[in-house]
Amino acid sequence: MRRRHSLTALVAVAALGLTACGGSSGGGGDEDTIRVAYQRTAQFTQLEDVLEKAKSEYEAANEGRTIELVPIEAEQEQYFTRLALLNRSPSTAPDVIYEDSFQVRSDAAAGYLAPIDDLLEGWEEWGQFDETAKQAGLGDDGQTYGVSMGTDTRGIYFNKQLFEQAGLPTDWQPTTWDEVLEAARTVKERVPGVVPLNVYASRAAGEATSMQGFEMLLYGTGDELYDADTQKWITGSQGFRDSLAFYDTVFSEELGPDTALALDAALGSRVATEMLPQGELAIAVDGSWLPGQWISGENEWPEWEETMGIAAMPTQEGQDPGRTSMSGGWLLSVGSQAADPQAAFDFITVALNRENTLKYNTENSQIAVRTDVAEDPEYLDYNPSFEFFSSLVPVTNFRPATPDYSQISANIQAATEDVATGAATPEQAAQAYDDGLVAIVGEDGTQAAD
Amino acid sequence: MSAPAGATAPAPARATGRGDGGGRLVLLARLAPLAPTVALMLVFLAGPIAYALYGSLTNTALSGYRAADPEFVGLDNYSTLVSSGEFWQSAWLTLLFVLASAVVGQNVLGMVVALLLRAARGPLRSLVSGLVVTAWVLPEIVAAFALYAFFSGDGTLNAVLGLVGGEGAGGTAWLVTFPMTAVILANVWRGTAFSMMVYGAALAEVPPDLAEAAALDGASGRQRFFRITLPLLRRSIGTNLMLTTLQTLGVFTLIWVMTGGGPGTSSSTLPVLAFQEAFRFGQVGYGTAIAVVTLVVGALFATVYVRVLKPEVD
Repeated sequence: MRRRHSLTALVAVAALGLTACGGSSGGGGDEDTIRVAYQRTAQFTQLEDVLEKAKSEYEAANEGRTIELVPIEAEQEQYFTRLALLNRSPSTAPDVIYEDSFQVRSDAAAGYLAPIDDLLEGWEEWGQFDETAKQAGLGDDGQTYGVSMGTDTRGIYFNKQLFEQAGLPTDWQPTTWDEVLEAARTVKERVPGVVPLNVYASRAAGEATSMQGFEMLLYGTGDELYDADTQKWITGSQGFRDSLAFYDTVFSEELGPDTALALDAALGSRVATEMLPQGELAIAVDGSWLPGQWISGENEWPEWEETMGIAAMPTQEGQDPGRTSMSGGWLLSVGSQAADPQAAFDFITVALNRENTLKYNTENSQIAVRTDVAEDPEYLDYNPSFEFFSSLVPVTNFRPATPDYSQISANIQAATEDVATGAATPEQAAQAYDDGLVAIVGEDGTQAAD
Repeated sequence: MSAPAGATAPAPARATGRGDGGGRLVLLARLAPLAPTVALMLVFLAGPIAYALYGSLTNTALSGYRAADPEFVGLDNYSTLVSSGEFWQSAWLTLLFVLASAVVGQNVLGMVVALLLRAARGPLRSLVSGLVVTAWVLPEIVAAFALYAFFSGDGTLNAVLGLVGGEGAGGTAWLVTFPMTAVILANVWRGTAFSMMVYGAALAEVPPDLAEAAALDGASGRQRFFRITLPLLRRSIGTNLMLTTLQTLGVFTLIWVMTGGGPGTSSSTLPVLAFQEAFRFGQVGYGTAIAVVTLVVGALFATVYVRVLKPEVD
C-alpha cells in the first residue's frame, strides 16, 4: 500500500511538473523576432503576398532581425475573436497587427494596441496619407493607433448576361430600393435556377452582414445608427425597420439565396469565387475589392469585365444624394506588448511604403489613401472599376467609430438573420436590437429616433 | 487519481495505538499521500471553477474598455440571463438534446444493440459491433464533418433520397429545417457505441442460470428481461446514464460544425450559447455566466444519478 502512495505522489508531481513546463514554453518571443498577425483565407492571399515581400526586404536591410508571419486562417468574424484571444496574453500577443478600422477604437481602449504618434513623426512618408486615412487610425484618446493600408466602398454588381436573358438593361442603375427588388423579381421569373439577389444576412458572415448588407440600406434611408453630435445610439428609427423590411421582402419572396446558403459562413467566398463567375447570381451588393481577385491569382476570371456591370446602391426612395455607400478599410498597428515598438513600426513603414502600397492597392482593389499611389497612372490603369468605386467616395458613410460598435454590430447581424429566416418580423427584430443596444451602452447611451 | 486515493482507508490494526498528539501526527502522516491529489484537484478543478464563478460576476469583454479593466457587477449577468428569452430557449434545447439523444437515444439503442449482439454469432457480431464502434472511435470533429456532409443540402442523405424517391425527394435542407433533429440523430449515432459496450459488458456478467431457472418456471422472454436482466443491470444503467448525460451536456463541436447553433438560435444549446455570447458578441462575462449555469445543471444531473444509485451499494 505504501508503495502505491509514493507512486501516486510521483505521478502527481510529474503531472504538475509537466504542466508547469507547458505553461512556460509558450513564453514571449525574443527581441529580434517581430511577429505579424494577419488574416488569410482561400480568396484573400494578396495581403500575405505583400507581407512576404516586405519581410524579405526588411530582413535584408536589418541583419539579425526576423519577421515571423502568423497567418490566422479564418473568415472575418472568427479573425477578430482569435486576434482578441491572442492579444489577451502577453506571451502570444503579436507585434504587428492587421486591424480593421472599426476595431481600432475598441482594441485601443482594451489596451491591445500601442500609440504610434511619436514614431510617425520620424516618418516622412506619413505626409502622403490623406485626411480620412489619418482619421481611421485615431483612438478615443486622440492618439494614432494604426497606419491605413487603403479604403474601400461598396456597390451593386450585376451579371449583364443574366440581365440580357431577363430582358433588363445592361447599363442598369436603380434609383430606388423598389427598382432593385423589381429587377430581382424579373430575374426570378425569367431566368429560373439562378439566385436573383444577394444581401448578406447572417451572424456567420459577421461584419459583411452589417456593412455590405444592412448599413448599405440604412444609410440610404436618412436614418443612422449613431448621432455623432450627441454621441448617442439611436433606437426605434423608421429607417431601421424599413431596412429590415427590405430583408423580409427579399427572403419571403425567395429573391435571395436559400436559407442554408444564406447562413453559410463561407457565403462571402462563394459569391466572389463561384456564384458570380459561374453565373449563378444575378445581383450582389458587395465590396469594391472583388475585382482584385478576378484580375490575377488563383480565382482569375478575365471575362469579368464583359460580364459584370457595376451600379451604385440607390437611396431608399431616391432621396438626395441619390446613392449611398459604406467605407471601411484596414490598418497595420503595433501591438501594445511589442518588445521593440520601433522595430515593429519600421516593419510597417516597409510594408506600406510606396511600392508595396501600390502592389497591395492594385492587387486587392483598394481605394488608395496614399496620394502618391492614388495619382500613379499604374494604379489608375490597373483596374477599370477603380474609377467607379472612387466616385462613390463623396456619398460614402463611415461606421460609428466607438469602442462598442463591434458588439452592436453583432446585434445587427442577429436582427437581419432573424428576419431572413422568418424567426422574427422586422418590428420584433428591431425591438430586440433596441433592447440589446440598451444592454450594451446603457439607457444613457441611447436616444429615441425623432 | 481517485482510485488510489480511495484505497487509503486507515488500517484497523493500528487503531489501538491512539495517543493524543501522536494520533494527530499519525493522521497527518496518513493524509499526507493525499496531498498531491488534493493539490491537483484544487489546481485543475476547483481553481478554474472558482475563476469562472468570479468571471461571471464581472462585465469582462473581448475588446474595448471592459477588456482592459472589467468591473465587478455582482449578479447582473445572472439577472439578465433569467430575463432573457434566448437563455430559456437554450436551456430547453439543452434539456431536449440531453433527454432525446443521451437518456433515450443512446441508452435504449445501446441496450438493444447489446442484447441483439448477445444473440448474434461470429462474423455478424464483429461486423456490427465494429461498425457501431467506428462512430465512437472517430474524433469528434471528424464525426461532425461526416454528419454535416450527410445532412447538408447536397449531402448523402438527400442524394440517397433523390435516388430512391425520384424528383424532389432529396430537396430538404435538413440542417436548416430540422436542426435539432439532425444534431440529436448525430449524437445518437456517435454515442451509441459507448452504451453498447457498457451494456455488453454488464450483460456478460448476468448469470445465465437465473434466466434458465425463470424460463423453466414459464417466464416469457419479455418477463425475463424486465424482471431479471434489467434489475440486475440497474447499477450499470445508472452509471451509463450519468456518463452519457454529462458527456452530452458538454457537446459543442458536433453542433457547432453542423448548424453553428442556427438557424438563428434554434439549435443553440447552452455550451453553444455560451460560446456565441463570449466570442461572437464579445461578452466574456455573460458567456461565463452561461457556462457556470451549464456546470450547475451537470452537477444536478450527477447528484440525482448518485442518489438513485446509492441504496444499491454493497
